[in-house]
Amino acid sequence: MVEALHSHLPALLWWVPLLPLIAGGVIAFLPNRWGRFASKLALAALGVSCLISLGALACSLAPVGGKPLVASAVPWFTFGDSSVRVGLLLDPMSAGMGAMVTFVALWIFLFSVGYMDKEVRFGRFFGFLSLFCGAMLMVVYANSLLLLFLAWELVGLASYLLIGFYFEKPAAAAAAQKAFITTRVGDMAFFLGMIWLYRQTGTLLFFDEGRGLLESGALASLAGATTAGGLTVSAAASLLLLAGAMGKSGQVPLHTWLPDAMEGPTPVSALIHAATMVAAGVFLVARTHPLFAQGGETGIALTACAWIGAITALYAALSAMAQSDIKRILAYSTVSQLGFMMVALGTGGVAAAMFHLIAHAFFKALLFLSAGSVIHGCHEEQDIRNMGGLRHAMPKTFLAYAIGMMALSGFPFVFSGFWSKEAILHSAGHWPGGKGPFLLAATAALLTAFYMTRQALLVFFGKPRVPGVSHPHESPTVMIVPLYVLAAGAILLSLIGTPFWPWFEQWLHGETASFHAGALGEEGAIGLLTLSLVLVLVGVGASSVVYRNVSRDSRAPDPLSEKLGPLWRFLERAMGFDALYETILIGPLSVLADAVDALERRVLVPLMGFGESCAKRCGRITDTTDEAGLNDGFDGLCAGLQRRAQSASDTQTGRPQAYLRSIGLGMSVLFVLYLWLRA
Amino acid sequence: MTPLALLLTLSSVVFVLGLFAVLVRRNAILILVGIELMLNAGNLNFIAFWRYGPPDPELTGPIFVLFAIAIAAAEAAVGLAIILMVFRHTRSTDLNKLDSLHG
Amino acid sequence: MLLLSLLFSPLFAAVLLGTWPGLTARRAGMLAFTLAWIPLILVAMIGFQEGASWSLPWMPDAGIHLTFLADGTSSLFLLLTTLVTLFSLAVSVKLGIGDRAYFALILAMEAMLFGVFTARHFIPWFLCWELTLIPAYLLVRLWGGTNAPRAALRFFIVTLAGGVSMLLGFLALQLTVGTMDFDALAHLAADKQLASELAQGFSAHFDGPTSLLIVALAVFLGLAVKIPIVPLHAWLPDTYAEAPTPVTILLTGLLSKMGVYGLLRVFLPIFPEIFPVLAPWLAALAVATVWLGAIAALAQTDLKRIFAYSSVNHLGYCALAVAAIATSQGDRVAVSSAISGTILQAFNHGVIACALFFVIALLESRSGGKRGLHDFGGLRAKMPMFCGLTGIALFASLGLPGLSGFIGEFLIFNGVFGLNPWSAALSLVGLLLTAVFLLRALRKVFTGPLPERFAQWGDLSLGERWLFAPLIALIVIPGIWPQVLLHFSNSDTLRLLELLRPTP
Repeated sequence: MVEALHSHLPALLWWVPLLPLIAGGVIAFLPNRWGRFASKLALAALGVSCLISLGALACSLAPVGGKPLVASAVPWFTFGDSSVRVGLLLDPMSAGMGAMVTFVALWIFLFSVGYMDKEVRFGRFFGFLSLFCGAMLMVVYANSLLLLFLAWELVGLASYLLIGFYFEKPAAAAAAQKAFITTRVGDMAFFLGMIWLYRQTGTLLFFDEGRGLLESGALASLAGATTAGGLTVSAAASLLLLAGAMGKSGQVPLHTWLPDAMEGPTPVSALIHAATMVAAGVFLVARTHPLFAQGGETGIALTACAWIGAITALYAALSAMAQSDIKRILAYSTVSQLGFMMVALGTGGVAAAMFHLIAHAFFKALLFLSAGSVIHGCHEEQDIRNMGGLRHAMPKTFLAYAIGMMALSGFPFVFSGFWSKEAILHSAGHWPGGKGPFLLAATAALLTAFYMTRQALLVFFGKPRVPGVSHPHESPTVMIVPLYVLAAGAILLSLIGTPFWPWFEQWLHGETASFHAGALGEEGAIGLLTLSLVLVLVGVGASSVVYRNVSRDSRAPDPLSEKLGPLWRFLERAMGFDALYETILIGPLSVLADAVDALERRVLVPLMGFGESCAKRCGRITDTTDEAGLNDGFDGLCAGLQRRAQSASDTQTGRPQAYLRSIGLGMSVLFVLYLWLRA
Repeated sequence: MTPLALLLTLSSVVFVLGLFAVLVRRNAILILVGIELMLNAGNLNFIAFWRYGPPDPELTGPIFVLFAIAIAAAEAAVGLAIILMVFRHTRSTDLNKLDSLHG
Repeated sequence: MLLLSLLFSPLFAAVLLGTWPGLTARRAGMLAFTLAWIPLILVAMIGFQEGASWSLPWMPDAGIHLTFLADGTSSLFLLLTTLVTLFSLAVSVKLGIGDRAYFALILAMEAMLFGVFTARHFIPWFLCWELTLIPAYLLVRLWGGTNAPRAALRFFIVTLAGGVSMLLGFLALQLTVGTMDFDALAHLAADKQLASELAQGFSAHFDGPTSLLIVALAVFLGLAVKIPIVPLHAWLPDTYAEAPTPVTILLTGLLSKMGVYGLLRVFLPIFPEIFPVLAPWLAALAVATVWLGAIAALAQTDLKRIFAYSSVNHLGYCALAVAAIATSQGDRVAVSSAISGTILQAFNHGVIACALFFVIALLESRSGGKRGLHDFGGLRAKMPMFCGLTGIALFASLGLPGLSGFIGEFLIFNGVFGLNPWSAALSLVGLLLTAVFLLRALRKVFTGPLPERFAQWGDLSLGERWLFAPLIALIVIPGIWPQVLLHFSNSDTLRLLELLRPTP
């Protein structure tokens, strides 16, 4: 079975992204009343994709010694004598990621069938989701930076469409626009980096039988070439790619779109803005990690990656503490967790980052879907201050949520989040470039436990605070089943990522998995494990103390806000990035635009008008000279001639005698002359 | 004064008389008369130069004169006819009134 | 022969329409639309037989031959011309704009455009170049908005001035070098003899490079006005805004392409000797064009002016590519990339601009002439299909991969980055701002709550959908399969590359 699949893989793999894309294209043509059919079509397409990608995962389980299983390249277009080729790549990283994306997406699709039930544009929603999945899978399986970029942008488009799904709400439309443009800032850097790499190496393929971008020849040439400021091209291009990843993965300072993106429907938040798309940035860095690593472990690219990740992790965790919208908390938490992944990548822990990525996809999707279930049950209420005591009304949701929350906070031993975060801290702790990222990440881990506990306490414990949402109901089965599947994933994944049996890491590196019983014996391993444990317990404990007896009044201020004062409000506004951008970017840009417009209208157009009037004046001058000089001159000449002729004709009296007289006169004159000349 | 000089003086006087008539008279017939006078002054010159000039057995002078008289006769006839026609047309022989050719 | 029929078929159609007595406007439109299919068929035939040429010694003593040649690149531009003209005619008929004379003028302009895109000698080329101006002027002047006479006159004077400057430049070449044949001049230039011959002709008034610089600048001026390149673009927004929308489609879809075509096929091959001097300035102007187009578009509230500035911005990339090619002719990959990118960008911009201005035409026809950014809102609720198709056009315009705009921009930036990295980096900001103002337009018009006054509006009618269909196809197909266009131009790209190769 696996053997048969193996031979057909290169062709079959194309269908993984293409099937959802085609489904999305077909759904675009279906009228709204065919919504049910559209959802079934989308599910079917994704289901087949999922089967193929799981098959591909199965194929890739056998180690092949670090070489990708499939690295295809087909010509796409030709310019001059160069040909651009694109293809798909199957290695453990893409296999694992692809399987995760299709699997999680499938359950979120299923959840959406229940969640979006009453929606008019039900079919449209599944069309967009399918488009997204196809594009995302293309990102995952791309063997070409160009194809990756193409899909990357399509993912952005799908995100734009889905955030703005409730386009009647101005906030949603604005959030969609903000998301697209902010990520596009990063995308432009990505674009530039891609072109730079292409110029330097002449290829955009990752693996191409030794000539690919991520293979030794190209890497050496990139590391060998230097550019402005003494930077190697590999480092410069890495930084540009990192900027692209920062846009997509919501790293500071390009993170502001992600919390706003929560205007989209909750399944979208779960799928795109938690599990998959936002992880694309992390995936990009992981994919091109050999390039980043050209500068050494503490090269500028990796250092930047580590620090940005660490700052983001801490920043977002702090911001999440002060939010009151259930989805915004999770959004900031996503930003924070993506920061963790970046820390891991920057400090060399690609496997840790990928493990956290996949684990995070499961538990964060689970959390969002649970939050969706809560929102659904509370009649579209999203403010956690208005909830409370929901564990009685929605026990199934509560259980799922609790698993997700504990995984995210990093409850020890049975939750994947614990092991993945431990791996990240391990990686950061051993980084030779300094302890800064490690300390920031550790603080962020503590805060994660704190704010998640806060959310859980406010939503599920205590007593209902607002009568309006006092009749919550449990969600239908179609929404509950996906929750449990994802919850199972969040727990079971911990089996493959423990230090004792680091199957995932070894698989990713193309090694045969083996037990590593001595892991604890390594230097500092016990200490790190203990630290992780302590961080979680302190976070949870502190939060429980603060929020245990939270007031029944929903309008009462948060217990921490009194203690923290202005700092709290600062955190509530997420440290004022939006206002900052409003002041330093949007304001000046619109002023600049107005100035340019004024320049156009006041200077250039009048200048051209001046030229035009000059031309007109010149015309008038030639016109005048024509009239006065040529026309009048000629007319005068004619009139003069006529007058002369008139007077000349006056001598012609018609009287013979007059003629004779003049003849006589003439004769006599001639005669006199004759005489005179003769003399 | 030689006879030739006398004759030439006479012919000059006759010519000037004729010219005067042509120039000042308004009656077309009298002008015609003036023209005849001038012609005859010319004839007189021919005869005079023939008679007192070098010998000419060929009689060139008298023959010239004869031709001139014949032509003058014809001219007078045509001239008179024209004047007659003009008179019939305009009831006048006053040349000053016949200026329809003026410019 | 094929080419001759191509050149004359729209002309005959124009004469037929112009002299047919008592033709009603609608019938004239239908007739024009029908007749405009003939050139499309002819272009398709030329495309299939891979080129056509036709030549006639016109004034052999002066060395003037009417030489017309349609190679792959020309064929693409010819195809664009026929398609855009057909579309413009269809939109005019659909919206009930124009009469007999209007349709005749459009067809006459099409004929002249065919001449511009095929002539290989300056005299016929310039003749057609200037003759496009007259129909364009009349179309804007007579069927435009309230300020149209002013705008049209301005458009006419400015572009005519550019034309005169170009004529003077080529006259200088004729008087000194003794030929105005593009290919002959290009070969002279490739052998590095143009400057010296020019200097001889100028008989010691100027040295070679200076005289060549003067001539090149004169020619560039004429092309730059048409594209337009900053700061010669000031005629454009008013003209585009005042012209009736089908005519705007022609102006942006075709007339601006004349400038790009001229830069690529006349300017680049003839003046490579002077590029070391000109290139930095060209690049600066191109970047300024990209920036100014994008930033000025941000401040506009009239949709037509937004898209007009967007056109400036997009054609700035073409100018950027040409500037980059001028910077260095040695790098084969980069130069061929920039050339291919320019051709693709020109073609795709033509198609996308058609779609965008068609959107405005539809909005105008439904709202009774309104086209302000703030005049609409929430239309997506009533017109989902219209919104979707507009979205496709807009995203293509901002260069979304998978739609036609992207590959052109990728190739341009790929070429430009290799030759002139800083200008590429700077222009990326323009690419970003494009997204800002286009998405803002999409948001303002289609999202938000639906105002009461639009409650009665319906989605696109069947006819309107059919008008959109070919455009969408032309946007989507080359985006996924760019080879369909590149296939035509690639051999010419290689030929141009040979002409531009620096002598060792």
